[in-house]
Amino acid sequence: MQAAHRVGFVLLLTPLLLWLSLLILIPHVDMFLVSLRERVGVGEYAISLANYRSFIDEPLYLWTFARTAVMSVMATALTLLIGFPVAYYIAKMARGRVRSALFLLCLVPFWVSELVRTFGWMILLRETGLFSSLLQWAGLVDGPVEMLYNDVAIMVGLVYTSMLFMVVPLVTTLDSLDDSVIEAGYDLGGSGPSILREIVIPHAMPGIVSGSIVVFMLSLGNYLTPIMLGGKDSLWFTELIYSQFIVRFNWELGAAFGFMLLILSSVIVWGTLRLTGQTLEKTMG
Amino acid sequence: MIPTIPQSRTIRAAYMAYVVLFFLYLALPLTVVAVFAFNDSQFPSLPWEGFTWAWFFGDERPMIGVFHERPILRAIGTSAFVGLCVSVLAVGVGTTNAFLFNRYEFRGRGLLYVLMLLPLVIPGIVLGISILVFSSTVAKAASDMANLDLQGLRPGLVLVVLGQFSFITTIATLVIAARLQKFDRTLEEAALNLGAGHLTAVRTITIPFLMPAIVGAFVVAFLMSVENFNTTLMLVGSDAPLTIAMFDRLKEGSTPLLNAVSLLLMLGSSLLALVMIMFQRR
Repeated sequence: MQAAHRVGFVLLLTPLLLWLSLLILIPHVDMFLVSLRERVGVGEYAISLANYRSFIDEPLYLWTFARTAVMSVMATALTLLIGFPVAYYIAKMARGRVRSALFLLCLVPFWVSELVRTFGWMILLRETGLFSSLLQWAGLVDGPVEMLYNDVAIMVGLVYTSMLFMVVPLVTTLDSLDDSVIEAGYDLGGSGPSILREIVIPHAMPGIVSGSIVVFMLSLGNYLTPIMLGGKDSLWFTELIYSQFIVRFNWELGAAFGFMLLILSSVIVWGTLRLTGQTLEKTMG
Repeated sequence: MIPTIPQSRTIRAAYMAYVVLFFLYLALPLTVVAVFAFNDSQFPSLPWEGFTWAWFFGDERPMIGVFHERPILRAIGTSAFVGLCVSVLAVGVGTTNAFLFNRYEFRGRGLLYVLMLLPLVIPGIVLGISILVFSSTVAKAASDMANLDLQGLRPGLVLVVLGQFSFITTIATLVIAARLQKFDRTLEEAALNLGAGHLTAVRTITIPFLMPAIVGAFVVAFLMSVENFNTTLMLVGSDAPLTIAMFDRLKEGSTPLLNAVSLLLMLGSSLLALVMIMFQRR
């Protein structure tokens, strides 16, 4: 009996360990080691911090890094601001069939590839696009307007792409908030804003945190949206990684970039969890 | 603000209007993609030149439809193949993971659980390059030490499958573990009391109970694999899955052909979603 228990345990543990070690842990360690290499001759390498030094010395790299981080934080905040009222409406105001229909509608964009969603925004925003044509038809502008290839377009795309990952956890946590608690708040003389601040938002915190983490991660690691909707000057950090790896074949610098991106995302995720007193198990599991 | 508390009519109406606007914003890009698949023009933009099926069934230049466009058809096949491999692997490992975390208490369980969640917070592009770097290290070591040429470790479908599997497994694990948690262990004990072996009990009692979650995880894994872009981009070789093939086209300039493919993708995934919902209703 005991032996069978042990055999079962080992059999179940093996796939998990193989997966985590061979596809997650060792590759990341290896990437870190590659990022510490400097090419000194043909096929000869020395250990050095040269790749990280060139990351710090080159203003374009640092600037893109900071820009990507700031814009991802902004995209996360915007997604939260836009999504929260909708999640609240679905969880607390809508009833019955309307409620489940609205919830399903929120999921729809998820069933469609990100490429298709981005393509949709290109059709809407570009110079020959729908919005530009509509504005001309309405006589508000004289010639075609280019709304694509700028940072606002990137933002619109990022918020659109990640909305679902904010709304779903928010609806789930808001759903568990009992109506009578809100009623009690009103009975005790609370006003709309004060109830929102003292009852609803604290209760929704786990959902806010997990939604924000996922949205931030998705924005930071996004490649399609910035490259398709952004202009020549709106570089995204993932584009630098891609160009070092695939275009210039400079894997050492590319690995260093990848590692910096990983550190940035880990620090922000960890910081958010610490600040809000949540844990990864509670918010993700 | 809840329905039982009276609110002024204007605020209520404004709130409604906001929600309606939000859903318009959600629907707008997908709608234009779908509608322009039927535009009888070389470009997916206004003016509307009339309705046509040519971007689906056309077989003459300049309007070659999806069903006559070999590279796109091949890319769809590649995507389906990769998706199936990833889903089978992810659901398999996801199920064993779920059982491990549900049934066993052991030292390091908490740590392993956090590690299991980790792929969700690693950017997809970083997952891609780390696997790319590691596989090239292994391939180099194999050729240096044993003179082996491991084709599978070059960028290509094997790496794409492994790369997608590496994070989709976490999602499969979470979906299956959530249902396993609701399972009443006494049912299994009853089977054991009636003389069933451990494996028989799991096979005949627990697995059927888990089936909706397993099917759900399979469908979600398949869709995520087909839609994945970032990880795939770093690991792809000469056989491009659909999203990569469409991306390459889109860079050259868009024709309504892409709209037609996108519409088919939307229909395909809604069909899968429906199948999944039907299955979970049973």
